[in-house]
Amino acid sequence: MSAAARAFLIWLLAMLAGAAVVWNSHFSADMSFFLPARPSAAQQVLVDQLKEGVVTRLLMVAIEGGDAVQRATVSRQLHGRLEKLPEFVAVENGQAGSLDADRDFLFRHRYLLSPAVKPERFTVAGLRESIANSIDLLASPAGMLIKPLLPRDPTGEMIELLSGLGAGAQPNVSEGVWASRDGERAMLLIQSAALGSDTDAQEQAIATIRRQFAESASEAGVSDARIVISGPGVFAVKSRETIKSEVSKLSAISTLAIIAVLLFVYRSARLLTLGLLPVVSGALAGIVAVSLAYGTVFGITVGFGSALIGEAVDYSIYYFVQSGRLGAAEWRARFWPTIRLGVLTSVGGFSALLFSGFPGLAQLGLYSLSGVLTAALVTRFILPALAGNDHPVRDLSHLAPPLKQGIRIMQSLRWPVILLTIAALTVLVIDRHQLWHPNLSALSTVSAEDSATDMALRADIGAPDSRYMAVITAADREAALQAAERAGRQLDALVAKGIIGGYDSPARFLPSQAMQDSRRASLPAGDELAARLKLAQADSPLAANKLGAFLDEVAKARAQGNITRETLTGTSLALVVDSLLMQRPDSWSVLLPLRPPAGVEGVDIDIEPVRATLAGSGALFIDMKFEFDRLYNDYLDEATLLSLAGFAAIVALLAVTLRSARRLGAVLLPLLLAVILVIAGVHLAGEQLHLMHLIGMLLIVAVGSNYALFFDRAGKEHRLDPPTLASMAIANLTTAIGFGTLALSNVPVLHAVGITVGPGAVLALLLAACFSEHQRD
Amino acid sequence: MIKRLLGCLFLLALALPASAAFDVGQLMTDLARNKGGKAKFTEKKYISLLDKPVVSSGEMSYTAPDRLEKRTLQPKVETLLLDKDILSIEREKQKLSINLANQPEALAFVDSIRGTLSGNRAALEKNYALHLSGNADKWVLTLLPSDQKISALVLRITVSGSRGLVRSIEYLQADGDRSVLNMEPVETK
Repeated sequence: MSAAARAFLIWLLAMLAGAAVVWNSHFSADMSFFLPARPSAAQQVLVDQLKEGVVTRLLMVAIEGGDAVQRATVSRQLHGRLEKLPEFVAVENGQAGSLDADRDFLFRHRYLLSPAVKPERFTVAGLRESIANSIDLLASPAGMLIKPLLPRDPTGEMIELLSGLGAGAQPNVSEGVWASRDGERAMLLIQSAALGSDTDAQEQAIATIRRQFAESASEAGVSDARIVISGPGVFAVKSRETIKSEVSKLSAISTLAIIAVLLFVYRSARLLTLGLLPVVSGALAGIVAVSLAYGTVFGITVGFGSALIGEAVDYSIYYFVQSGRLGAAEWRARFWPTIRLGVLTSVGGFSALLFSGFPGLAQLGLYSLSGVLTAALVTRFILPALAGNDHPVRDLSHLAPPLKQGIRIMQSLRWPVILLTIAALTVLVIDRHQLWHPNLSALSTVSAEDSATDMALRADIGAPDSRYMAVITAADREAALQAAERAGRQLDALVAKGIIGGYDSPARFLPSQAMQDSRRASLPAGDELAARLKLAQADSPLAANKLGAFLDEVAKARAQGNITRETLTGTSLALVVDSLLMQRPDSWSVLLPLRPPAGVEGVDIDIEPVRATLAGSGALFIDMKFEFDRLYNDYLDEATLLSLAGFAAIVALLAVTLRSARRLGAVLLPLLLAVILVIAGVHLAGEQLHLMHLIGMLLIVAVGSNYALFFDRAGKEHRLDPPTLASMAIANLTTAIGFGTLALSNVPVLHAVGITVGPGAVLALLLAACFSEHQRD
Repeated sequence: MIKRLLGCLFLLALALPASAAFDVGQLMTDLARNKGGKAKFTEKKYISLLDKPVVSSGEMSYTAPDRLEKRTLQPKVETLLLDKDILSIEREKQKLSINLANQPEALAFVDSIRGTLSGNRAALEKNYALHLSGNADKWVLTLLPSDQKISALVLRITVSGSRGLVRSIEYLQADGDRSVLNMEPVETK
């Protein structure tokens, strides 16, 4: 077997193995790209909420078109259809009757649920007071509501229960169903059975809603009805769509553009195919490495591939163009060391990202590192064997004179470039406080338009946003509920002081067994209660003999079993409990969402007193918005550190190899100037910087060092031969195409890298030429 | 002859209210002139379950055309404020706010008192048939719900007063319970 055949066979086997791995890889486009790999306790809550929290399972639906009566008809139709489907655990549109099951449950179990049920309440004095209170309430305008309940519930336990719920802002109602504030849309709130992180299931659920809506509308005969759906599930699905379409579109654009460049250079299908070999190998190796290391490959990581194509194709360009007349062996001796150093600086830059706690960033690092390394190795070891010495590249020497002329022009521009950079630096220093985007939303794929729709629907329907919560972890369900009850008593004190408006707790509908037992034990036996009631009501307008139903109800409650999770099935309260009480692999956790003080909208909770009150209770108080902002700032700090570390690694590598401070300075200067000019340009173009711009800066140095190194090598030899010059220009063009296409992306992560590295790579070449030594012809 | 006389009397009886200068339109004009004021109120609720009526009292103030505040002092302090279509109730630490536009039955109920106070005949006739008796100095306006949903709650609302002042409102509920609200104007200034 010839060397070429052996090399090809090895490559082919590696490719097949890689393809097999990719075939079995799991690709994902969900939020976990942004979620911390090693979360703190508070961040863990954030992660859990984003993956399986109820809020991420809410879909808000608005029905538009027709008149109010028609919209209400469609709303009822849709409600009736969706309610029957297993994909949805709750469908609410405000129509009467939908809350009957909940009310029945609360009333039936009121003596085990009411926080007022204590032994004192059923003493003679306690009964007298609570019943007198109920009678007072009859005098109130709200009295009409409680009058029918009075004979069965004279102590007012149902009122105690309902007043604790303090439901937030209720949506408007028009024609018997929820409507938007302006009355122009009918509203529904739907909760999917699927987790928010299950994008496939969310996509199906959304499609089901749309299909059922179309049928509801046609059945109701409303031809111009439209549906608007929003919510985290919609965002997840749309993001995935965006990433998918962007990735395929951008890869296609950059691949076609690069192939066009290569065809122009090579004018040979065989060379073109061979030239793409390292790229394809690199892209495959990148996905394989990420898949093996992380188990899941993010769509955005794959999207980054189009940029990598631009860089990895450089190596084969160098090889074919530079080795033209020299032959493979001579090329290895003269050029490979420089290229190797360029590859190593790229690898050094990318490998810094591996240490990121931001999984998306770590994946990009690993992907690029393995891709570039593989492309270089394939170029060095496989390509020469396959191509042999028979690769007549079209004579590109005619490109050299204009390029050299260009270099001379650049060299004459040294002072203007330095002045321009100083101006750019001044702008950056002056505007340093407005440079950065303040939060994680900078990286989100959600469009401003979708975000505005979401805000509008959210306001119309009063959907919960769960910004503040207290979190408790316990060994088992009972312990978790008991802890929730203890924390609840402390939160009650905060409600009384008006520091918080209220809170939700799973213990409200599923009290701990201990609490239920103690409440039941507060209920006196039938005869005893009858005797006390007679004494208590002696002078009351409500005579004891009219309260026979009350005695029956208490006797029934004493005989009834405890409430368990199963008792709640069939009510929407089951959902509340499930969303607030969750089983973890080795523990249970309770969420107590806190509401800001009522009446004043948009007011934040005063955090300090809440923290102080909960201190020592084992409950952790979390402000989700604060945690999100902190998460982003952590990422940003970390990315800064990693970029600096990557930069230090590159500098160290160059210092060791070049062994000359002057040469090191000459290589680094154009790269640093390129970074400053690009960042100032991006800023002046009105973009706010976020952490991916920062990574872009590192990549400018890592990628741009290739060109600076060639000029350095040329400086050492005091001449820059035409093939080298041509290969640099072409390689730079393909790199600029690869990264530049990313700048077209709507995915912020990809766009930021593209807009920095695309122009940065070109500038790095131009500035390297600008500061290179004068050549002899 | 007797028959004819009876016929005449009958016609006369029919013609009398029309010939009297006082009618619903006149009452509404009188009421609409009242731009607001304060009153002490006493409300008695007669509930079949209770041996004695439940009595509450306090102050009311009205500002034309759509702001009504009812401040109960006995037996428990409670404030009810109706401002346009927003009804807020404050009782001890509880505060409840309801947008009546969402609750047609409650709105009809509220309109009975608001429409009377402001002399808004159209608002009243939307939900009730109006019957007026008495004269301008001592009139009684009876509201009979025309909508079944409302008549399931309240059978009859009887408002009485003199000139542009409402003196009492009586609600007769569908279950036979009733409440009487008496108002005594307080001279302001």
